[in-house]
Amino acid sequence: MKSAAEELTNAQPHLMVPQRFRVWHTERETHDTFTLKLEPIDVADEFTFKAGQFNMVYVFGVGEVPISISGDPAKPETLVHTTRAVGAVTDALCKLRRGTVVGIRGPFGSGWPVAEAAGRDLVIVAGGIGLAPLRPVLYAIVSNREHYRKVALLYGTRTPDDILYQKELERWRSRFDLQVEVTVDRAPATWRGTVGVVTALIPRAAFDPERAVAMLCGPEVMMRFAVRDLLDRGVPPGSVYVSLERNMKCAVAFCGHCQFGPTFICKDGPVFRYDRIASLLGIREM
Amino acid sequence: METLEGILAEHPFSRDLPKSYIELLLGCASNVRFDAGQFIFREGEEANQFYLIRKGKIALQVFAPEQGPLTILTLGEGEVLGWSWLFPPYRWKFDAQAMELTRAIAFDAKCLRTKCETDHDLGYELLKRFAYLVEQRLEATRLQLLNVYEIRR
Amino acid sequence: MPSTRESAILLRQHFQQLLDALVSRGYRLIGPRVRDAAIVYDELTSAADLPIGWTDEQDGGRYRLKRRSDEALFGYVVGPHSWKQFLHPPLARLWQADRESDSFRITSGAQEAFKAAFIGVRSCDLHAIAVQDKVFLGSQYVDSAYQSRRERAFIVAVNCGQAGGTCFCVSMKTGPKATAGFDLALTEVLEPSRHCFVVEVGSELGGEILSQVPHEAATQADQDTAETIVAETARQMGRALDITDIKELLYRNYEHPRWDNVAARCLTCANCTMVCPTCFCTTVEDVTDLKGEHAERWQKWDSCFTTSFSYIHGGSIRATPKSRYRQWMTHKLATWIDQFGTSGCVGCGRCITWCPVAIDITEEVRAIRDSERSNHESTKERDEHGDP
Repeated sequence: MKSAAEELTNAQPHLMVPQRFRVWHTERETHDTFTLKLEPIDVADEFTFKAGQFNMVYVFGVGEVPISISGDPAKPETLVHTTRAVGAVTDALCKLRRGTVVGIRGPFGSGWPVAEAAGRDLVIVAGGIGLAPLRPVLYAIVSNREHYRKVALLYGTRTPDDILYQKELERWRSRFDLQVEVTVDRAPATWRGTVGVVTALIPRAAFDPERAVAMLCGPEVMMRFAVRDLLDRGVPPGSVYVSLERNMKCAVAFCGHCQFGPTFICKDGPVFRYDRIASLLGIREM
Repeated sequence: METLEGILAEHPFSRDLPKSYIELLLGCASNVRFDAGQFIFREGEEANQFYLIRKGKIALQVFAPEQGPLTILTLGEGEVLGWSWLFPPYRWKFDAQAMELTRAIAFDAKCLRTKCETDHDLGYELLKRFAYLVEQRLEATRLQLLNVYEIRR
Repeated sequence: MPSTRESAILLRQHFQQLLDALVSRGYRLIGPRVRDAAIVYDELTSAADLPIGWTDEQDGGRYRLKRRSDEALFGYVVGPHSWKQFLHPPLARLWQADRESDSFRITSGAQEAFKAAFIGVRSCDLHAIAVQDKVFLGSQYVDSAYQSRRERAFIVAVNCGQAGGTCFCVSMKTGPKATAGFDLALTEVLEPSRHCFVVEVGSELGGEILSQVPHEAATQADQDTAETIVAETARQMGRALDITDIKELLYRNYEHPRWDNVAARCLTCANCTMVCPTCFCTTVEDVTDLKGEHAERWQKWDSCFTTSFSYIHGGSIRATPKSRYRQWMTHKLATWIDQFGTSGCVGCGRCITWCPVAIDITEEVRAIRDSERSNHESTKERDEHGDP
């Protein structure tokens, strides 16, 4: 017999009504950012998604917010979300304990062009929490390294305390076939790494502009400047991809909140090919 | 072993200068090295050189009483350190410390300033390059100032 | 049984039986009635509830009811309500859930839709319903609650016998004649010798209902009468909007100074979005009881004119009234076309009538278009006569 929840929607149960997932692991990344690992209760054992997609995550009695998926697409048995505490719902998410059940609707949105990047150089530019939706791409690259040519990850945060996924970054950095550059805006002198804006890493990153695919995620100002520096280096605008963010309520293009010009960020994005939205990015208060 | 001339011909700052200017610069140039932890200059000292970094990493720092030394920028291979030598009172505004073994070409400021006053064309070429450098640093600094990673609640 | 596209004559004295036939089939009647000095859409118990002998006078920021000299049932145009409040309600519960220790359980979904017979749907509103169908049913996601309400709706359309002061359906190619999307369409005929309706059957279900009501076949003369009435309405339009290349026109004028001009007048009161029959924006609200044991998710109408609409991370993307008016108008007339393949505007004129400061969408388009023309002309002049 079908449950009330199952009867609610005909063909799209994951998309309209939250499906329950249990938190089986929580990890503190920084003072305000936590990673949750979830396993499904209501639906099948796997949660299939594409790198770059997001879920609407629901905390009972508090509310629902869009959070990008930051796990490995090749390991769909575990759903991973890295969340930064910026409001009521994300505050609650960052305080969750093992065993709590949350609601998940998704996955939604367009993904990074991982398949299209095969045979090409990759430049990944991440700022702050923007590394979270790009981590699935790194996982794909590392598992299939021979599919890609040169790979450069350029990551910037405010201070060394804000660096996400430190152990993984160190592991990737220690490989001979990946360039990983981490920079911070400011640091105590005990920091031995680079200090400066993440865009300053672009001129010296190891990639061939003509055969590169660039993927960027971070604050919109950072992405605008980084895109400009990439274009100055000769990367064609059609090879640059950005992940955008807007107010989102329904995630299924019914509520109208996430509109950006003629696009719906929830449905046509969040990943966009830069040349398709370049003119929109230049208009203030779009 | 590389000659100073060869190094200047390759360094991004000087590589497209005409040969005659490279000769002029060479007259004020010397090879230097700094060990890890060594201070290249400190805030308030006389700015008598500028440096083209060949290898290594240098941290530009400010000392804040409650926080200790803060790094505001790191510079590495192919970059330029120091422009306070251009303008009176020719004093360094920040500290510069080598974070690892660093090799650089040092240019004597008085020597170079004299040559620039005599040869304005050389002066123009150098100033153009330093103006571009300042523009790049200013843009980067503004981005850092914007504090883009901060979330207002 | 009359088949689709056949015409019939329904006499005024038999009109009530049409309503009775619908009620006997389980339909609730929704139609126009007078309330609070306006003609609104609400439940009807009989034909007597209709605004018989009333008409409306509309202009920018102005709406008044006036008595007619006849007893027409549909002698007015559209008021502040549209049919979207029934198909896409202002308040709708999406689901409920109860807490179960560390977990929760969804207990029920959306409320059951009822069978509704919409009486008196004008052609502009028919198009508006079709526009919203594309939004909720036409893309990769389907709003099943909307779908069930839509499937349970029976539509009796009415071809307007006069145009309203702010109407421009002719410009938007959405009327005045209803051409599709109805079960029955009526054209009211008021002649000295008879008061009747020329009825066009639009669906099999419509034909079935009509077959239960006394009617005669319409003659060619009857159909000509109906055509004449509609043609006369088309000539009376209160407004006009040139839609030639409207999308490109607005796309290249995002920074036009006219937006500052309208922003100085716009109160961002959101009236236009509430009365517009195609505006569909909603917000989602999660609420709990005081003990935190029971939660519900509600969908509520929202408006792009509010500052919170585009709020993200400590600020609104569209912070100024200018950007919000621009968003509404360019969405309605331009980006809607790229999103859904049609215009979002059906020329009903409600936004003009119900704007407290009489902002007129047709005038705003005209201002931008005209400014381009005069720029072009002065450039041409300069070219012809050489540099000034």
